[in-house]
Amino acid sequence: MELYVVLKLIWALLLGILLIGLGVMVGMDMGVGTLLRFVGKTDGERRVALNIIGPHWDGNQVWFILGGGAIFAAFPTLYATSFSIFYIVMILLLFSMIMRPVAFEYRSKVDATHWRQSWDWVFLISGALPMIIYGAAMGNVLQGVGFHFDWDGQYQQDESFIWYLLNPFAILCGLLSLALSIFQGGAMLMIRGEEPIYGRARRIATVAGLVAALLFVIGGVWVRSIKGFAYTALVNPAMEATPLGGPAVAMQSGAWMNNFHAMPALWLLPLLGVVGMVLGALALAARKPILGWWLGAIAWIGTIGTTGAAMFPFLMPSSTAPSQGLTIWNASSSQYTLGWMLVFAVIFVPIILCYTAWAFRVMSGKVRVGAVDNDHSY
Amino acid sequence: MISSTVVELSRLQFALTALYHFLFVPLTLGMTLMLAAMETVYVISGKQIYKDMTLFWGKLFAINFAIGVATGLTMEFEFGTNWSMYSHFMGDVFGTPLAIEGLMAFFMESTFIGLMFFGWDRLSKPAHLAVTYLVALASNLSALWILIANGFMQDPVGAKFNPDTMRLEFTDIGALIFSDDAQAKFVHTSIAGFVTAAMFVMGISAFYLLHQRHREFALRSFRMAALFGVISSLAVITLGDALGRLDDLVQPTKLAAIEDTWHTTKPAEAWKVIAIPDQNAQKDIFSIGIPYVLTPLVTHSLSTPIPGIFELEDQAKQKAVNGMKAVIALQDYATTKSPAALATFRQYEGDMGYGFLAQRYAPDQDLTKITPATLPGVLDKTARAAIPNVFVEFWAFRLMVGLGLLFVLVFAFAAYYSLKNQLEENRWVLKAALWAIPLPVLACEYGWITAENGRQPWSVFGMLPTFMSASSHSVGYMVFSLAGFVLLYSLFIAVELYLMFRFARLGPTPHGETPEPAQESTSAPRHVFGEPGYAAKSWK
Repeated sequence: MELYVVLKLIWALLLGILLIGLGVMVGMDMGVGTLLRFVGKTDGERRVALNIIGPHWDGNQVWFILGGGAIFAAFPTLYATSFSIFYIVMILLLFSMIMRPVAFEYRSKVDATHWRQSWDWVFLISGALPMIIYGAAMGNVLQGVGFHFDWDGQYQQDESFIWYLLNPFAILCGLLSLALSIFQGGAMLMIRGEEPIYGRARRIATVAGLVAALLFVIGGVWVRSIKGFAYTALVNPAMEATPLGGPAVAMQSGAWMNNFHAMPALWLLPLLGVVGMVLGALALAARKPILGWWLGAIAWIGTIGTTGAAMFPFLMPSSTAPSQGLTIWNASSSQYTLGWMLVFAVIFVPIILCYTAWAFRVMSGKVRVGAVDNDHSY
Repeated sequence: MISSTVVELSRLQFALTALYHFLFVPLTLGMTLMLAAMETVYVISGKQIYKDMTLFWGKLFAINFAIGVATGLTMEFEFGTNWSMYSHFMGDVFGTPLAIEGLMAFFMESTFIGLMFFGWDRLSKPAHLAVTYLVALASNLSALWILIANGFMQDPVGAKFNPDTMRLEFTDIGALIFSDDAQAKFVHTSIAGFVTAAMFVMGISAFYLLHQRHREFALRSFRMAALFGVISSLAVITLGDALGRLDDLVQPTKLAAIEDTWHTTKPAEAWKVIAIPDQNAQKDIFSIGIPYVLTPLVTHSLSTPIPGIFELEDQAKQKAVNGMKAVIALQDYATTKSPAALATFRQYEGDMGYGFLAQRYAPDQDLTKITPATLPGVLDKTARAAIPNVFVEFWAFRLMVGLGLLFVLVFAFAAYYSLKNQLEENRWVLKAALWAIPLPVLACEYGWITAENGRQPWSVFGMLPTFMSASSHSVGYMVFSLAGFVLLYSLFIAVELYLMFRFARLGPTPHGETPEPAQESTSAPRHVFGEPGYAAKSWK
């Protein structure tokens, strides 16, 4: 196989890993933000919850930042087109995300109820909304997006943004993503928290895990009848990376099942998803939150993995000009860029994982109410 | 083509979000270094006061850092949300330093900053010190990579246009990383951050000294900041000079606009100190200059000519003639894939960007519709468009430099009196330091305006015009996002200033605990900043 094709495949896989990492790490913090008002009834309890992820949320957020950067570097046409077509949604996402650093840093700096409670609402919105959007974006992409390209590479939008916000399948995917994040956040609160936070998190997160499993299965059945995309002509994966002049693509009902029929081993992925969610919920109920946390990670692997396997090699298909849809083959960077980016990724990702793990180890242990009632804590 | 209203709104949004982000970044760049220095003295000497300094200045740093991160999120995504043609066209090259910034710098900075704030009681002294150094290293690495990216926009090296994919493709990572523009810009910008942090620490320390509070703490912080500031302010000017010389080589239109040189310079050319240029009339309404200074200042020689605006406009016309042939051939090749079209394109591809620029002024924005009668008009407009706004360039640059020179003076006097232990008798120095706190931020903004406005009409110099780079949104989309940013960012800065003033005025208490004010209301502070009558607290 040609080097360029290998690189495109590797980067598709890395993109998937990045999206999974994002779901787990950012989702966890988002989940804690969403749960804040429910697991903490007093100011002290809420401060405990915030300080559980306090040392880690900023590093975790970089998965999101790197997500943007890596998509830009590896699949620039996808970055350019998807972020602009989903503009309203992306801007709402940005607005909700940029409130978080400010909320973390400023919430407890003034000892006034009104001040702190306002920021607690900000945590709820800025925790729930991004995760809903994250899932909904995937749901929209699975259905195909209305766009095409001019001769010079400029995209043109063919659909109203209202559709992206309100279509039922996307809403389902958004709720699934939200449920997973509540699960992950709840698990983290159980690991580092004590009663009453522990108990409240356990109850909500157990339900969230089961709800996620239900939504995932419903979504999976639904996908069978969604019009997916498939090549109808011969494809050269080593093609020049441009969406123009590519092989024909058709929208066909149930096309997203093709890859699973061709390679039945892929069914492992949705299985991992369901198993992760159900067993994860049981683990939390059985007061084993560390096991539950890792099962939540497996659930994300299953969810993103299933989506990627179903859509491969499509990244963002076009419902109005199918042959111009973005795929791993036509939306990637040049071989030179993919190669050099791989070098940097191979060097730095292991280093990042090491010091991230070390940071979690340094800060391990329960966070107590008395310990956070001071100036240095959130 | 995209409506010019949308282009202008997109430019406004990017400029506002970038300038806003850069209100907070310089302080982060410099403070991380100063915190590392303070903590080093603490670990080596064991003296508690240095830990108190690290904790207190660290708290103010955190208030600033949060908004730096928040507004940085916007920037990472704004290329894709609002500049899709640019991102598609340049992403092969431009995306790389952005992604490396994430891998190398952001992860390190954000992970270790959590330990820096939260890990005091869990890490040994040397371990925590190492963490602080890593945060300082990471934030400066972040500056490096984003300025490598910006350097590419100013001087697109290490890439080649591919007519089959219709975009620039990366060919030489060494050329990108070690581009002179990128390197000079990185050092200049980081050091500008050091100047900003030095003034911040010095000014707030001056406040305490003026009110005779926290004397020991303030005197030490002041001295550290003043010395740091002297070195940084001299260095930043030196690097600024280097950037000017680079512009002479790489972006002559920017330099011509900065210096308001309509004609190519002769050896005794004056350096204009004050001028009111009229770009429509293509001359100055008024100017005052210092004879002989311009040539040696820019070129470091006595007789090298600097191309003037008129000469550059003529060059642009010639490039546009070639460029139009390239773009027409390119469009032909895109539809027919004919080898003849490709050959024509290759012949003129060096000036392709000027062909794109000319498109804006062609009838129906279609180059093939230009007739011999309409050609001169198109070329004139293209030539004029190739020059950035002279008034803005001229004044933004001079205000930045004027402030930079002022900083050298302020730091010099501050360092002098601090070293002679005569600060408290010379209150004018303290007041100057206090009032100068926001000035480095202003200078930084003028610097960015000079850099980015001076690159116009290009988003990538000589290759892709800005007006072609934007996403094809509706005006409604732009109003929505602009309004939201203005609203949110106004809220942020109000809250940030409130907290900053509050905690700066409260000052450190013994053993570094900033006092938790009891029953504090959230209404506006009762005391005007700097007014006497504030309860004095003596520091032992």
